[in-house]
Amino acid sequence: MKFLPLVIANLKRHKLRTILTICSVALALFLFASLRTVTTTLSAGSEVSSASRMITQNATAFVIPLPQTYATRLAAVPHVQLVTWANWFGGKYGDGKKFFAQFAIDPESYLKIYPEIQIPADQKEAFLKERSSAIIGEGLVRAFGWKVGDNVTIQGTIFPGDWTFTIRGIYHPTLKEYGDDSFMFHYDYLYEKYPDRVTPGWFIMKIDDPAASPVVAKTIDDQFRNSSAPTKTGTEKAFASGFASMWGNVKLLMSTIGMAVVFAILLVTANAMMMNQRERTSEVAVMKTVGFSDRRVFGLVIIEAAVISLTGAVLGLGAAILLPIVTGFGQGGFLPGFHVTGGTLFIGASVALLLTVASGIFPAWQAARLPVVQALRRVE
Amino acid sequence: MALVEIRNVDKSFKREAQTVDVYNGLTIDFDEGSYTALMGPSGSGKSTLLNLVAGLDKPTSGTVRVAGAEVSAMTASQLADWRARTIGFVFQSYNLLPVLTAHQNVELPLLLTNLNKKERAERTAIALGVVGLSDRMDHFPRQLSGGQEQRVAIARAIVADPTLILLDEPTGQLDAKSSEEVLELLRRLNEEFHKTIMIVTHDAKAAEHAKTILHLEKGVLLEREGVKMGGGIGTSGAVGVAG
Amino acid sequence: MKIPFVYNLRSVTQRPVSTALTALGIGLVVAVFVAMLALANGFVTALVTTGSADNVLLLRRGADTEMSSGIPREAISIISASPHIATGADGRPMISPETYIVINLQRPGGDAYAVANVVARGVSDKAFDVRRNIKIIEGRRFASGQSEICVGSKLKGRFMNVNVGDVLRFGNRNWNIVCRFTADGSSFESELWGENEQFQSVFRGTGFQDVAFRLKDPAAFEEVKRSFLAEQRIQIDAHRESEFYASQSELLGNILRFLAIMITAIMAVGAVFGAVNTMYAAVSSRTSEIAVLLTLGFHPRSVLASFLAESAVIAFIGGVIGCLLALPINGVVTSTTNWASFSEIAFAFRVTPQLLLAGLIFAVVMGVVGGFFPARRASKLPVVQALR
Repeated sequence: MKFLPLVIANLKRHKLRTILTICSVALALFLFASLRTVTTTLSAGSEVSSASRMITQNATAFVIPLPQTYATRLAAVPHVQLVTWANWFGGKYGDGKKFFAQFAIDPESYLKIYPEIQIPADQKEAFLKERSSAIIGEGLVRAFGWKVGDNVTIQGTIFPGDWTFTIRGIYHPTLKEYGDDSFMFHYDYLYEKYPDRVTPGWFIMKIDDPAASPVVAKTIDDQFRNSSAPTKTGTEKAFASGFASMWGNVKLLMSTIGMAVVFAILLVTANAMMMNQRERTSEVAVMKTVGFSDRRVFGLVIIEAAVISLTGAVLGLGAAILLPIVTGFGQGGFLPGFHVTGGTLFIGASVALLLTVASGIFPAWQAARLPVVQALRRVE
Repeated sequence: MALVEIRNVDKSFKREAQTVDVYNGLTIDFDEGSYTALMGPSGSGKSTLLNLVAGLDKPTSGTVRVAGAEVSAMTASQLADWRARTIGFVFQSYNLLPVLTAHQNVELPLLLTNLNKKERAERTAIALGVVGLSDRMDHFPRQLSGGQEQRVAIARAIVADPTLILLDEPTGQLDAKSSEEVLELLRRLNEEFHKTIMIVTHDAKAAEHAKTILHLEKGVLLEREGVKMGGGIGTSGAVGVAG
Repeated sequence: MKIPFVYNLRSVTQRPVSTALTALGIGLVVAVFVAMLALANGFVTALVTTGSADNVLLLRRGADTEMSSGIPREAISIISASPHIATGADGRPMISPETYIVINLQRPGGDAYAVANVVARGVSDKAFDVRRNIKIIEGRRFASGQSEICVGSKLKGRFMNVNVGDVLRFGNRNWNIVCRFTADGSSFESELWGENEQFQSVFRGTGFQDVAFRLKDPAAFEEVKRSFLAEQRIQIDAHRESEFYASQSELLGNILRFLAIMITAIMAVGAVFGAVNTMYAAVSSRTSEIAVLLTLGFHPRSVLASFLAESAVIAFIGGVIGCLLALPINGVVTSTTNWASFSEIAFAFRVTPQLLLAGLIFAVVMGVVGGFFPARRASKLPVVQALR
């Protein structure tokens, strides 16, 4: 673009103003992208859920457990290939400030149903053999510096007492969205201490045909409807989005703030663009005399707005992408797999485009319609 | 056919609530290769005449033709293109864009053409050479003296090889020496390069460098002085008298 | 000699658009600031109001939520024997053993997975007196032995079948809703209450989750705490009710506050940049005026103060706009899951005068910070150059 040097020279006239404006755009887009990433991360769980896995929970409330005997009965349901179960442990580590999820699982069947949890073969074997062992995600390695062989003591809140585990494996999830900060140990370890209280929190099943999920759900729920522990069965995806909906209006809050942020920055950018144009009326007149048409002059102002907005966008979106990678933000619980998605980047770019047009259009229009003769009179 | 043909032009302005008549039936020709100075008190309409010729302003009635094209009838965008190709304009001050170097300022009209970067650079270098400022190519206007600034402005005015060079009080802000530099340059442009020049000035000494001097008062052409160097190039044609 | 402020006021009106844009930018930052802190405020207040300093809440030793606590039936008689329990007007001890369970209620709209966890609290008659500020606004208390429940006022409209007269189904039973109650905006308004015995038979067997009682002497709390620690027969911890619920608000409350400050801080930097731009441009366009002022004898410090004041006033106006923008949100009810109790709580945004004041001060600070360097440039203007 041969006119670019002209536009950039104009922006260099007030270097500080240009830099400050670009930084404002960068900050705004960084915020916007980060806020949106919170919402995408919260919904991500349901995006990546497998269509051939189903969850059975107690219909009354997720927190009420189910009888152990259900395991065999679920396995007998047509289309069900594998059954496993898990319990939420919810213990406190250290001062409890760094939260992370702890699950009691039936190791062999659980790891089979969740191939996304990748763990080296030797570590897996060690874990399966030792009842008091545990496997952790890489995120916990980063957060606490634990390594294979370490002993970790967690205070139980639902299941009182101090529980000591030996770390025998570190798992890697195949997809970021699965999160890598869970702590998993043997269900039997929990059961042997509280045999009267401990029963599975929820069951997970693998079915052979995703299309059969409604039928499977109905079969299971009908079977237990009138028992003391009625069930609610659904796909993993529905289950995950149900969880996400518990955040309530947080999504709305994030979107609203995101809009406020963009609007505020629009004001700053528009102001800077208008100040630029106000100081250049005689130059615009000279350029028109030289032969620059109204339309060209209009275009040059828009290009100027674009340079500011796009530079700021690259900086801001770039920072948003790098932040979780560099700082490990989002580790440890509420926001597993926090990272900026392509969708967010696309929207960020659209926002930059919107900024360009909205901040540039009025000064561009003013420059285009600047009456040369009147402006020239000021020149001499 | 003269290069510039002004026929029966009326021009009036609205100033505050009043309408001011600047021209009434003005008719005048300027030949190719002529070098005319327009003098007169302020308000006599000399700048307006330049503006009309450059297509920056339109007559209330009448026609303005430059090289056969009817400037007074063109649309704004046609005029922009036309100006880029045909006219070089120099003002009293604020000619140059302060954010661009001398080279970039001179290059400006060429950005509107289809020339590639190399061709643009060649022409710019030539233009700066003609005005004798090749060594100041990369200086910003604030680093140049007043006279040098005006010479760069002239370089920009000639770089696209225009048909007509129009100057409005180019030496108004300059000291004697700088004025002399600029006027000498204009003389060369007219005599060596055969450029048609129209210059508005209130400085009699500047006017003397021209071949023809036209005095304007209240839109009326009062007199016409002959040129020092005669023959070949000069003004001719009917002179409009206030109707 | 102070530069008359009317000079600044007039100058501000010379560039109305720039001034308006800058003020509005600052205003938006203040609006977000006030709104987000009002959200955090509302949440924390709802929980803090829940507990009273006169009440003690007993949980199983080591439990940090009512849900993970368990108190066996036999413990009740031991607890009831405590001399610290106040006596009610009817001569009976003001003690309320309760069951606590979190159930899924469906949100309006039909999606079976659009549910939220709602606290179902099993209570005895005494709960309505022990737990403070419970007021029945519609219907009557549930009758003993019946499948009847009362709902907190904030459930209305947020879930299906929660109006007085509706039948709600959970735990494999149908329950008649017979009353609605308020609780001074506290988290109880997000709960549904039923008779202990009814809930126990459906959910958890014979024990309770917590016991609340009114202190005879509020100052005696430490004594109470010690006596329960020393008690060998039962494993119980005593918490002051107000402190317990306040601590339940800590995690999310802190997150919300942190978010509020982080987001507005980042926005503020952007707005300050805008103010800097505006003030620099203002100073540049007025150099000859400043030179005249300095020549006349006004001290550079007065010039600095004058421009700072101008920037501060523009910002202040922005702050007022921001506060006005945020004000309507006061009282708006929203809800979220309190991860500390794993249950949903509905609460109202709470804008306080202190918050508005903080917003205004924040605005002025932004204006002063943004205006400082430009004002300094104005005061240091080399007069001779400016007058040329």
